[in-house]
Amino acid sequence: MKYDTIIIGGGLSGLIAGVKLATQKQKVAIITSGQSALHFYSGSFGLLSHDENGNDLTHPLEAIPLLPPTHPYSKIGSTSIPALAEEGKKIFADAGLTLVGNASKNHYRLTPLGFCEPTWLTMSDYALCENPAEVGWRKATIINFKGFLDFMPGFLADGLTRHGMKCDFATISIPAVEKLRKNSSEMRATAIAKVLTGDNLDLLAMEINKNSSDSDVVFMPAVIGLDSERPIQELRAMVRAKLLCVPVVPMSACGMRSQIRLRRYFEKLGGTYILGDNVAGGHFSNNRLEYIETTNLGSMKLEGRNFILATGSFFSHGLVAEPDRVYEPVLGADVNAPADHSQWCGKSIFDNQPYMQFGVTTDKDFHVTFKGTPAENVYAIGAILGGTNPIREGSGGGVAILSALHVARYILASSL
Amino acid sequence: MEYQVKNISPNNFEQCIKCTICTVYCPVLAVNPDYPGPKQAGPDGERYRLKNPDFYDAALKYCLNCKQCEVACPSNVRIGDIIQTARLKYDHKPVPLRDKMLASTDFMGKMATSLSFIVNPMLKLPITKKVMHGTLGIDHHRTFPKYAGSTFESWMRHKAPDQSKFANQVAYFHGCYVNYNNPDLGRDFVKIMNAVGYGVELLEKERCCGVAKIANRMIDEAKRDAGINIDAMRKAVNKGKPVIATSSTCVFTIRDEYPHLLDIDNSDIRDSIFLATAFINRLVDEGKIKLVFRKDYSKRITYHTPCHMQKLGWALHSVSLLKSIPGLRFVPIESTCCGIAGTYGFKKENYPYSQAIGKELFDKIHAAGVEMVATDCETCKWQIEMSTGIKTENPISIIADALDVEATMKANKNNA
Repeated sequence: MKYDTIIIGGGLSGLIAGVKLATQKQKVAIITSGQSALHFYSGSFGLLSHDENGNDLTHPLEAIPLLPPTHPYSKIGSTSIPALAEEGKKIFADAGLTLVGNASKNHYRLTPLGFCEPTWLTMSDYALCENPAEVGWRKATIINFKGFLDFMPGFLADGLTRHGMKCDFATISIPAVEKLRKNSSEMRATAIAKVLTGDNLDLLAMEINKNSSDSDVVFMPAVIGLDSERPIQELRAMVRAKLLCVPVVPMSACGMRSQIRLRRYFEKLGGTYILGDNVAGGHFSNNRLEYIETTNLGSMKLEGRNFILATGSFFSHGLVAEPDRVYEPVLGADVNAPADHSQWCGKSIFDNQPYMQFGVTTDKDFHVTFKGTPAENVYAIGAILGGTNPIREGSGGGVAILSALHVARYILASSL
Repeated sequence: MEYQVKNISPNNFEQCIKCTICTVYCPVLAVNPDYPGPKQAGPDGERYRLKNPDFYDAALKYCLNCKQCEVACPSNVRIGDIIQTARLKYDHKPVPLRDKMLASTDFMGKMATSLSFIVNPMLKLPITKKVMHGTLGIDHHRTFPKYAGSTFESWMRHKAPDQSKFANQVAYFHGCYVNYNNPDLGRDFVKIMNAVGYGVELLEKERCCGVAKIANRMIDEAKRDAGINIDAMRKAVNKGKPVIATSSTCVFTIRDEYPHLLDIDNSDIRDSIFLATAFINRLVDEGKIKLVFRKDYSKRITYHTPCHMQKLGWALHSVSLLKSIPGLRFVPIESTCCGIAGTYGFKKENYPYSQAIGKELFDKIHAAGVEMVATDCETCKWQIEMSTGIKTENPISIIADALDVEATMKANKNNA
């Protein structure tokens, strides 16, 4: 089967690149070995939230030009970033996912511990504020479901009190959620989100209103809206106070929603999404990847003019560590990591851990290198890129989205 | 390194990083709180069972063996195989008569086909259903598929001389359903293959693929049948004849469950065992054959991806063939498990769960507003027809119906 572009990896960066290419009438296939790290989505994407010393950044676009030349943003080019950032936000909107925020100025998301953290885009379900010194809420009711262990109202209240807020608590239940308690270890965000639709929303709104009569804001765990924003919108329309969600332990309901919506949009544009298959190997000739083979398709080759490696980092097995090496298991690309194990980790867990920066080696246009030579038609995007510490910088979402769009644009420009 | 070698575990069990993505996609967990879920029943439980078999939990019987957990797993853990292996290894309770009857599709088929004129009307009688429900535990909502008056095998024997005239040959694993219930599907397959210049022959010997015996813990019988099948298939493949089946579950069982659950090595012939749509689409894709369709064909059809088809990763073959029929208006849906899982949904204790699991799919099919559903699995077909009232057919039958046989023969005359 022949495609214009074959993307290996079906998470955030793979889907964004796939959507962008498919909107430009490319024939695109995404092949992915399982569900993606989007299921762990906190509800926010950071562009650049902290400087190298860990200080909050208010204006990320001003800090990006100061990043080292090996950083993915430096390769994209700081002048291209504002436009790519807007385009990314629009793709989400077109897929039916509303994100709040813009690249020129970070806003602050509310963490499950009641702290305010700078970020770029936040799902419209979630609590956010423009200025942590003035959160804008006075009296909060923190709602939890009876028996739900993945949300800690006490921690949240503790943080919020530091912002000068008053908090009270209400533990509520409705019959459909009560049923889930029978299997307590599986009573989790996505299981609750499955039942929070239709008439159950009316019952829930009544319970919330009953318990929050003198509050201007109600915080609830983010356990609503598995494949659309409609349930949270309907619930908000029925709740008197302002209703905001707070992230909980994954699986994330809005993460699944993002995965489902982006995939649906990609398929609607004509893309082919192959889930649960593994790339068994690729065939190179003259510095070009000609085709790949997969476990399920056997001898039936997937031929592509371009290939994008969007397989993620260690979690998604885009990178694999063994005691004496870090390697890229799908195509055998060069990896930027020392062989000496002792150089991988810092002593304290809060150090800037070197392994967080590991990734495949790419040239200035994100062509992946093999034995030192960049392949003409293989690109890398997202978490497999390395050159950044996404957790420390708060840049994982931004790198995934912007590198995907940058490479997609490059592919489109070169195939003209 | 030595410890890396020792670390390799059956079914990739050691690769589980406890991410819980599998639990979100388990269709059973969403409706049955008595089921511990794939993570608990699979890799987590296995850790305990390895210490002491007494930790075996009888609730593992609720697993459908749909493999959705494996498709979702980003770490390639064969969660479904871990659960099924545990059932086969640790559940020593005698197999009830009902389960034996349901699983012995070959034996029951042989008996019923010869007496179909009595058996068919009898199975439809309310009193028969009531007795089977009460005494055997076969749910009275279910209707057994009609038995044919004569088997597909006996029809094929008459056709053998014609078939041997073709230059290209394939061996057909028809399965119990085609042989005893729906010989028309087999005839449709022969019609298409002949039109594109391929002769079809029976395997030297064929037994039930064994999926129902595996599900009902009749492991010795399953192994015996599997051995006979693989021997016969090996003979065909060694003569240069690929083995083709029209049921996605038969193909999946032969390719993957034989080595994973029955310890039967098929590695030398696995890549020569195909589902009919995968085989045909590959030939079309490679330009080796051409299908020409009737100009007056017109139908609005959707495709349901059976769980085992999803695991095989071949749905794109069936969909792409259906889409190539000019008069066929294809309506895509996002398939979820239909809930029947072979013999599972026939058991009265499972019936309510079976229907609860399938509800999402039935709603989507109704919303699609189609005249017909296409699917590669016969038990999905029964479930969808019973629960939606919409006619459901194997894609092969749809293609055969839409095929312009003469024009196709002309277009492929170089093959014959």
